[in-house]
Amino acid sequence: MNKKPEIELNTPAGDEVKQTTCYMCACRCGINVHIKDGKVRYIDGNRNHPVNKGVLCGKGSAGIMQHYSPARLRAPMKRVGPRGSGEFEEISWDEALDIATGWLSKPRNTDPHKLAFFTGRDQSQSLTGFWAMQYGTPNFAAHGGFCSVNMAAGGLYTFGGAFWEFGDPDWEHTKYFMLFGVAEDHASNPIKIGIGKLKKRGAKVVSVNPVRTGYNAIADEWVGIRPGTDGLFVGALIHELFRNQTVDLDYLVRYTNAPWLVIQDKGAADDGLFARGENGNPLVWDSNTGDFGDGTSADISPSLTGSRKLADGRTARPVFELMAERYLGDEYSPEAVAEQTGLKAEDIRSIAAELADVAFKQEVVIDQPWTDWAGRKHDKMIGRPISMHAMRGISAHSNGFQTCRMIHILQILLGSIDCPGGFRYKPPYPKQAPPWLRPHGKEDQVKANVPLGGPHLGFPLGPEHLLIDEECASRIDKGFTWDAPMSAHGLMHMVINNAATKDPYGIEVLFMYMANMAWNSSMNVKGTIDHLTAKDENGNYMIPKIIYSDAYYSEMVPYADLILPDTTYLERFDCISLLDRPISEADMAADSIRYPVVEPDRDVRGFQEVLIDLGARLGLPAFTNKDGSPKYPGGYSDYMVNHERAPGIGPLAGWRGKDGEKSVRGEVNPNQIEKYIENGSFFAHHLKPEQAYFKHANQSYLDWAADMGFREDKKPTIFQLYCEPVQAFRLAAQGHGDRQPPETHRARIEKYFDPLPMWYPPFEEDMIDQAKYPLHAITQRPMHMYHSWGSQNAWLRQITAANRLYVHTSVAAGINAKDDDWVWLTSHQGRVKCQIKVMEGVNPHTVWTWNAIGKRKGAWGLDDDAPETNQGFLLNHLISELLPEGGGGYRYSNSDPITGQAAWYDLRVSIEKAEDTGATEPMFEPLKHGSQPASPTKLAYGKEFKRGKK
Amino acid sequence: MTTLPQTTEKKLGLVIDLDICVGCQACATSCKEWNTGGYSAPLSDHDPYGGDPSGAWLNRIHSYELGEGAAGRTVHFPRSCLHCEEPACVTVCPTGASYKREEDGIVLVNPDTCIGCKLCSWACPYGAREYDYDDGVMKKCTLCVDRIYNETLEEEDRVPACVRACPTGARAFGDLGDPDSEVSKNVAAREGFNLLEEFGYKPTNKYLPPRMKTSAHVSPEPARKSAPVSAGNGSMVEKLFAWADQKLSR
Repeated sequence: MNKKPEIELNTPAGDEVKQTTCYMCACRCGINVHIKDGKVRYIDGNRNHPVNKGVLCGKGSAGIMQHYSPARLRAPMKRVGPRGSGEFEEISWDEALDIATGWLSKPRNTDPHKLAFFTGRDQSQSLTGFWAMQYGTPNFAAHGGFCSVNMAAGGLYTFGGAFWEFGDPDWEHTKYFMLFGVAEDHASNPIKIGIGKLKKRGAKVVSVNPVRTGYNAIADEWVGIRPGTDGLFVGALIHELFRNQTVDLDYLVRYTNAPWLVIQDKGAADDGLFARGENGNPLVWDSNTGDFGDGTSADISPSLTGSRKLADGRTARPVFELMAERYLGDEYSPEAVAEQTGLKAEDIRSIAAELADVAFKQEVVIDQPWTDWAGRKHDKMIGRPISMHAMRGISAHSNGFQTCRMIHILQILLGSIDCPGGFRYKPPYPKQAPPWLRPHGKEDQVKANVPLGGPHLGFPLGPEHLLIDEECASRIDKGFTWDAPMSAHGLMHMVINNAATKDPYGIEVLFMYMANMAWNSSMNVKGTIDHLTAKDENGNYMIPKIIYSDAYYSEMVPYADLILPDTTYLERFDCISLLDRPISEADMAADSIRYPVVEPDRDVRGFQEVLIDLGARLGLPAFTNKDGSPKYPGGYSDYMVNHERAPGIGPLAGWRGKDGEKSVRGEVNPNQIEKYIENGSFFAHHLKPEQAYFKHANQSYLDWAADMGFREDKKPTIFQLYCEPVQAFRLAAQGHGDRQPPETHRARIEKYFDPLPMWYPPFEEDMIDQAKYPLHAITQRPMHMYHSWGSQNAWLRQITAANRLYVHTSVAAGINAKDDDWVWLTSHQGRVKCQIKVMEGVNPHTVWTWNAIGKRKGAWGLDDDAPETNQGFLLNHLISELLPEGGGGYRYSNSDPITGQAAWYDLRVSIEKAEDTGATEPMFEPLKHGSQPASPTKLAYGKEFKRGKK
Repeated sequence: MTTLPQTTEKKLGLVIDLDICVGCQACATSCKEWNTGGYSAPLSDHDPYGGDPSGAWLNRIHSYELGEGAAGRTVHFPRSCLHCEEPACVTVCPTGASYKREEDGIVLVNPDTCIGCKLCSWACPYGAREYDYDDGVMKKCTLCVDRIYNETLEEEDRVPACVRACPTGARAFGDLGDPDSEVSKNVAAREGFNLLEEFGYKPTNKYLPPRMKTSAHVSPEPARKSAPVSAGNGSMVEKLFAWADQKLSR
């Protein structure tokens, strides 16, 4: 009876392994795709890959089900019913491309403003942005404006880097790690690998988040802060560091503008700007000579204190003094912030003391000589092992830019940027602070049939760089206007609203890629749908033509007129480029590709292939030869290899040069893609040990980075504790200069454009009745889902098919509700009915739910009885894209006043028990779904792989 | 009823570190992905796009809270077959389909002789067995028996799929019968424990408890009654500036 069965132990995983790049989220990990009989048998992590080093997360390991999702689009489609009906007719690619070319030609030939081209979470912005430049429209951006521009801009203006993709904690050496507002995603595997290392080493992990799940669950200390008050908490930490005289003065003098002198002349046109010498460089007080000196010079001994009389008799004070006075103010004392943050003063003091102790008594020393930008040799690399990471909890508030800047100031005061144990830049960062790119798209730069003179997005230094003519916005999203002067990623979340209301103007074609704007990527879903379907008095759509590309039947698909079906991530070429958002790590510059590891079984094409094709059909100069023939007849892979942005610089950095022996810069190599594939679809240039740290001021690194085109020059990046461009906007609001904000905007610009970061209450809670809406409402992102994508995945939706509203025990008790009871959640915008789950590990003034689990019936290949559509819900219905009407009658977008970042987490709500049960509300009409096939009722994936099994 | 081996040459099993598991589900989906095409193929899914999706999973993660207020914590708890030394699921099996391997202690189900009676799932106190309704047989964790000895894989890949995938390094695989193995040493050092020890099934898999929270052991500077910012001599600002002057002029 116990006869042992024969077991086949040596069955190969598949017939072959192909290495490409994951796209189950934005991390871009390396994967091994095991193929058997032409199907995907198994996916695991590439051990040699710099991002994931062999591991793979819950999403990546469920890639098979995404690749074979029944929601995949099958062929190009044109709309045949009314917009939003989901009635489509499948058409050929020839017809689809003819239609698209026809629609896109007219605006280009007449007024390129009439095209708005916005892309979602795609990873090809160096192509899509370039295409939009060639087209000539000023209306291009990706999803950064509703994702994390506060973080990107806050960091880039301060120290030429930023959290998330531009840098990482020094996982090997850090001893104290603070995590601010990080839900379960962003980043996925890199943070998981890193936290695992820290925990094993016994380093301390402190998480600052209203919700105790995921990473926050395993932190040594959970700081369950009230949403939107992180700036108060960080301000209080800075207060303590100053009070206890635990800041790194040498670091401040060496690497920051702390000694630079600021003109103190209230009412003058240059009040609050840096005092500058004849060469234009900022002045400092040189304590060696007892005279003014050049703040950028290495050969002086700048003073951090002391009010100085300038040659013209006016007074100037160093940044350090202004900064110390700001944060030593009583409003930033731990006692003062305790109530609003919900934290105890002694806990804040304790964290500040720990930070100081680790920074100044536990320094990390690496025996590695290096030379700084001024040629001074250092025999060791000495670091303060404090590292920090922040994400959407900081970014998605209307005070996020200033809060993010404040976190960076905290890091800098501790001397912990790009030192051993600190936060490390990833090449091509650091850039200058801010980077030297300025936005393009002013009226005189937008002409029919003429490419835009430069990139759309950039970093304004003052009102002169705004994209406005008189007071009229050049961009459809009002980016780089007085509404959001430093909107470095644009405002994708305002495009549909603005286009439908013709404010600032109407458009002809809306062209979008991979952005679920008719559902979870928009605030006020109903309002957005109304805008997408709004008609003028003649019965014509206010947005006349909508072209949309996506791989799946998302809620956005039915609202487009022409669908260009994209491939899955395993069927496509992609280029994750150093010109855009590369996969670099702190010790290396790295980029990667995707290539088709399985062939599509549907009539679909990679969006980038289509874009290049359209570029040629439209005759865009960079996509056509002189004779009018397509410049890249081989499509995206042809472009990846042969396109040069500048001589020797192309989309891919690896194996350049005729023989493939040059890195980053070199001639085109026709065999480049093969080289990438041989190497696991990525390229890494490792930095030399002497370039590893202090990259902002490291001669060897700066020389190399400038040679590679990463930097404009070899000068160091000087950390901007005091941000002069912000003051330039404030001065305009105070009545200076020839470009000033309109009266409606003047007070707002003056108030919020503070060159030294400060905290202010998030806008929504400041404008509504807080007693009526006493709770904050936010979302977290489940680790096993990526935005809207996970619910079509047969395996991932078995883990989470419906979300609950998580409420604190005391909140549940207050409304006499228990697990699974239905409640109404109400905001100034609307109300949602949902079920609750009670928990302890949440800030008592906060309710939260998982993001993007709620789905609309008819989308994503789900049946009408799917929990996602009946119990699953979105908070988006409660969030308005516009703030309530304030003084003056103007309704600003619900965004950060500086960057335009969507303020998702400013939401305030009330909760009451719902007597009825049943299904979530609001409930939208089911979408029809064209000719999409019915989804299977059973899966037995893998049965076919079993040897000898029928 | 099925008999057990007296002893096994090895006690292969998993060690799961609850201190660093973030509940990301990588071990669950990588398990599903490997095994739906491997020894247990397929791991069927029912109503995969409908109202009540369910399927056979050999590893599931539970997240729950313990304690209240400041003492509370959130725990992520991966659960799969523990490959017990005295597994009731085997002894209860009427056909011998469930068995414990002499060479390594892995508990397996022979799909050719399993009649799908589900007695084993009733007997297992850990809920580790998964009945595949479409396939009509019982499925369970095999410790990826078709990976760990698989000579077509790179040597370092010859570990269970869940261990291969785990991003935080919360899972380890090895011989818990060998006191000198890495896993055994780690269990000893971290006071690893048996799940439901009192039931007496002698699980092979071990869990490592959450560590005591790391504290930097620094006492904060006491709050001082300090003069307002802009006051005369002795304000915090002036003290800071005096310190900065003195420090930099050294």
